[in-house]
Amino acid sequence: MFSFVFSSQIQHHMKKMFLIFLLTSISFVSNANDSIKVNITNQVVANADNAGLILPSGFGALIAADNLGRARHIVATKQGGIYVKLERLVGGKGIIYLTDANKDGKMEVETSFGNYIGTGIAIKDNYLYASSNEDVFRYQLNENGKVTNPDNPQRIVKGLWDKRQHASKSIVLDNAGNIYVNIGAPSNSCQEVDRTKGSKGMYPCPILDSAGGIWQFKVDQTDQGYHNGVRYATGLRNVVGLDWNQQQNKLYVTMHGRDMLYTLYPNLFDTTVSAELPSETMYEINKGDDAGWPYVYYDHFQKKKVLSPEYGGDGKKAGGEKAIDPIVAFPAHMAPNALLFYTGDQFPAKYKNGAFVAFHGSWNRSPLPQEGYYVVFIPFENGKPSGQWEVFANGFSGTEVVKNPRDAKHRPCGLTEGPDGSLYVSDDVKGTIYRIVYNAK
Amino acid sequence: MKYFYFLGLIVVLSSAFVSSPVTNQSQPIIKASMDRGKIIYLQRCMACHQVDGSGGPRLNPPLDGASTVKGNDKLKLVRIIIKGMTERVEIDGEYYDNNMSANPDLTDTQIADVLNYIRNSWGNKASIVTIAEVKAARTKIK
Ligand code: HEC
Repeated sequence: MFSFVFSSQIQHHMKKMFLIFLLTSISFVSNANDSIKVNITNQVVANADNAGLILPSGFGALIAADNLGRARHIVATKQGGIYVKLERLVGGKGIIYLTDANKDGKMEVETSFGNYIGTGIAIKDNYLYASSNEDVFRYQLNENGKVTNPDNPQRIVKGLWDKRQHASKSIVLDNAGNIYVNIGAPSNSCQEVDRTKGSKGMYPCPILDSAGGIWQFKVDQTDQGYHNGVRYATGLRNVVGLDWNQQQNKLYVTMHGRDMLYTLYPNLFDTTVSAELPSETMYEINKGDDAGWPYVYYDHFQKKKVLSPEYGGDGKKAGGEKAIDPIVAFPAHMAPNALLFYTGDQFPAKYKNGAFVAFHGSWNRSPLPQEGYYVVFIPFENGKPSGQWEVFANGFSGTEVVKNPRDAKHRPCGLTEGPDGSLYVSDDVKGTIYRIVYNAK
Repeated sequence: MKYFYFLGLIVVLSSAFVSSPVTNQSQPIIKASMDRGKIIYLQRCMACHQVDGSGGPRLNPPLDGASTVKGNDKLKLVRIIIKGMTERVEIDGEYYDNNMSANPDLTDTQIADVLNYIRNSWGNKASIVTIAEVKAARTKIK
């Protein structure tokens, strides 16, 4: 049933400008202030300019929400709502719940709650999990995907290290009643004095007892902590992106590599090498794995783990014989802040079970231009990359070249997949939530 | 006794500079100091604070326009360079998560130079920092 209430000129415009995706039952509504909405069950319309994003052909994007604040990780409910974790409180609240009552793709703030800042947010079996920089909380969800106890969640983990640097606690859940929490190392390379020229690397690195790894806790116990958590994997400097691969039933993570090779060791590295090394890495994690930080870093040019200069390295000597190798090595410093295995059916077959990674964008490449500030895709087969990574969504920064991080208007930070297979990307500069849809036939 | 004599000398020497803003006479001095300071800045500070002093949102504060950088509390500035910074403090209404490197190995001259560079580059303009001021400040920093 169609009801057109706009002029043929607008109609012509619409055709040109709007990519319509998956029509089922349609009713167009044009309202007084000239913003045209398409009200269709189970479908949305991309913005004329794809919300400023550059996407592979056949894809479109729209702004699902805007100006939310510092939107870090996001998670979609089965019903299509989205929970957003904020890094700074807005009106005293740190979690925003967005819903889309009329299904036009524009989401509205239904409620906000949680009086703590943080990054991690996840859903498993009718529970919402969210982290501050020290604790992890869980909330009950009702049949609509709405939190029933916003003001009195169960605190399942408490007292994790919050030493400012790398303090965000990303979280993900498995299918066996466990939650995995990243505890980033509050350090660049475990020097006696952090980031200071001439300061030695501590051996063994004492930080690894309490950080620089992934800890495993039970989903349903109150106030767990270091005393009863399991250090599931170590030697991971700072993991911000992590996901549970359902096909492999296994944890995968993306790590932020070390900084400042040139600043700390100008005799060994120049500014160009320092901008290009070390790799940002993705690992497949088995219980007990050690990825080698701080003793080694990965070099994607030499394709090996290289001994850190703080531990006697010279940029060539290999190290970390017992440490695992990454399954993907990206260019340096791009800051992989979110990892998501795509399980939906909306995107073309090549994307199924592949990985999306949201790169927050670099700062540590100066004086060279910065890199990242985009979402990449890596095809996967049987839990292993089956091709090269490629930029999937670019244009977040709103500028051709990002000289300095301050230039970027938006920075990708979180990813989630909607129940219809749309990919949502959060931005923690302006608090924009992008929705990417596939709209080619 | 010797120590007090030494201190007195510093006070006399430094006061000669302290009261002098950037006058025509001190122009070549500050120019030379800033040129040396720039080299130190590019090696030691640029990674975090960026070539143009713009910093990185929420990680490393901008130096361009920063009230402390342009301000008169030179002791504070010298302390920051020597000791680095690892505390959560509010800087011009914002908080930053990174740790700043310590620079215990920089000489008084080098510290004065890098401070003169950041205090008078980009949009910043401030009085000259003398070697004597750095020397005096260092004795107060433990
Ligand atoms: C590893 C990154 C890093 C390096 C290298 C670095 N800084 Fe910083 N700097 C910071 C951070 C982070 C802060 C804020 C620390 C805090 O909030 O506790 C800071 C603070 C400052 C401040 C105080 C700013 C204010 O407005 O209060 C000054 C001045 C400063 N840095 C100058 C320098 C100079 C000069 C150098 C080089 C000699 C340098 N920094 C090297 C990261 C760095």
